[in-house]
Amino acid sequence: MAEEVRAELVANVWKVVVTEGQQVEDGDTLVILESMKMEIPVVAESAGTVSVKIAEGDVVQEGDLIAVIE
Amino acid sequence: MFESVLVANRGEIARRVIRTVQRMGVKAIAVHSDVDAELPFVQEADDAVLLGAAAPSESYLDIAKVIEAAKQSGAQAVHPGYGFLSENAEFARAVGAAGLVWIGPSPEAIVAMGDKVEARNLVGAHGVPIAPGTREPVTDVESAVLAGKEVGYPLMVKAAGGGGGIGMSIAQDEEQLRTAFATAQNSAQRFFANPAILLERYVASARHVEVQILGLADGRVVALGERDCSVQRRHQKVAEETPCPVLTPELRARMCAAATRAGESVGYRGAGTVEFLLDPASLDDGSGGQFYFLEMNARLQVEHPITELVTGVDLVEQQLLAAAGEPPTFDPSAVAPHGHAIELRVYAEDPKRFFPSPGPINTWVEPSGPGVRVDAGYREGNRVTQFYDPLMAKLCVHGATRDEALATAREAVAAFQIEGLKSNLPFFTELLDDPEFVAGRYDTGLVERMRARS
Repeated sequence: MAEEVRAELVANVWKVVVTEGQQVEDGDTLVILESMKMEIPVVAESAGTVSVKIAEGDVVQEGDLIAVIE
Repeated sequence: MFESVLVANRGEIARRVIRTVQRMGVKAIAVHSDVDAELPFVQEADDAVLLGAAAPSESYLDIAKVIEAAKQSGAQAVHPGYGFLSENAEFARAVGAAGLVWIGPSPEAIVAMGDKVEARNLVGAHGVPIAPGTREPVTDVESAVLAGKEVGYPLMVKAAGGGGGIGMSIAQDEEQLRTAFATAQNSAQRFFANPAILLERYVASARHVEVQILGLADGRVVALGERDCSVQRRHQKVAEETPCPVLTPELRARMCAAATRAGESVGYRGAGTVEFLLDPASLDDGSGGQFYFLEMNARLQVEHPITELVTGVDLVEQQLLAAAGEPPTFDPSAVAPHGHAIELRVYAEDPKRFFPSPGPINTWVEPSGPGVRVDAGYREGNRVTQFYDPLMAKLCVHGATRDEALATAREAVAAFQIEGLKSNLPFFTELLDDPEFVAGRYDTGLVERMRARS
């Protein structure tokens, strides 16, 4: 089943750690968000192939799709 | 006195500085980013200059733009607030080079205090107690391991050029030191562009106690008492109080004298803070209390209002006077703090995990009344954005005794209404009823223990 990884808060996308189509494990850091001078790592909660839906420099709103893991 | 001052900052501190500048009959000029245009500090200033886009590098951190705004608006002096460019020696020099007055210490003093290893050695040479640690910056892990053997475990590993708790970690043994060193060096390089590391003996369960100093125009450095800043999350302060509940008058006098010497060692001018770690175990061991220099902040601190509440001295006014070469408006030899003051930093963050929570402010009702002071950066209808730190307001209270201050704080927290985003007000409700905090017997591990209990 696909896991949809969504933003928990309004943030800037500081760093995309994974590359499109990469194999990830549960707990791997996918993206690092930055909000209010704090870095917030977004981690995978399942293993699979990752598809990244945002780019560095983007602004994400609460609930926005960051990545899908299949 | 100057005719006009440009305030190179935003939010609550810009508004707080502007308030004093205007009270002194001086014109206050704000600078701001595009997303901050509706905030009170921009609207209340006598003049405001748009710097650029929201990202700090495009606005509040852009030295050329800020200097240009100062020239264009005819400002005679620049107040940097805290954070952003306040401890940037290059900016201080650029202000001077543009023919403007820098409201702060000399660029040389900023440089000396900005390097933690240099600062330690300098103040240590002037008789300020320092914890055992490395006298030279450590740049590779094998040297760190050797130095660790000499200094002794547990060790605090931190970036020599850093601050704000970033990249700091504790090592109990050589194995942990290797890991901590790699992490610290990585952050140090990325955030401060300086990979040098400082190793210091770690003081377990310490209290963070700092002393407010003021360098006067005539060259004297005076101390205005202490603040206890041990309530911290992620090595960052959340609440502060003065006086520190566990200091004896003798220990206070020793700490104030040490802080004054630290200021004198760099010919300090204006408002600054000398931070110390106080070992609570040493309070009962017959030594009268042991404390160690941590760092010096060459600027106004967030928590300066609690010193103002107990001393009656407006620190921003004294900063302007010192910078203008004028004497202070209080008698430095007769500073007599009265009562007890507490500051609570009202952050836009969830009160459990302390994660950022930017968003709209749909309701904003501040508490008021005797003994209550609120320095707020926002009002109803504003939006707290993700670009800057989460501080929305400083809720400060003053009472004749600590118990009275605690009671006023509880009422003020209950009366503060913020809706539309998450704030840490519920955390303060917990804090003000926490047995350790209420007893005054707490240290920098307090918040972690509260979270382990809840």
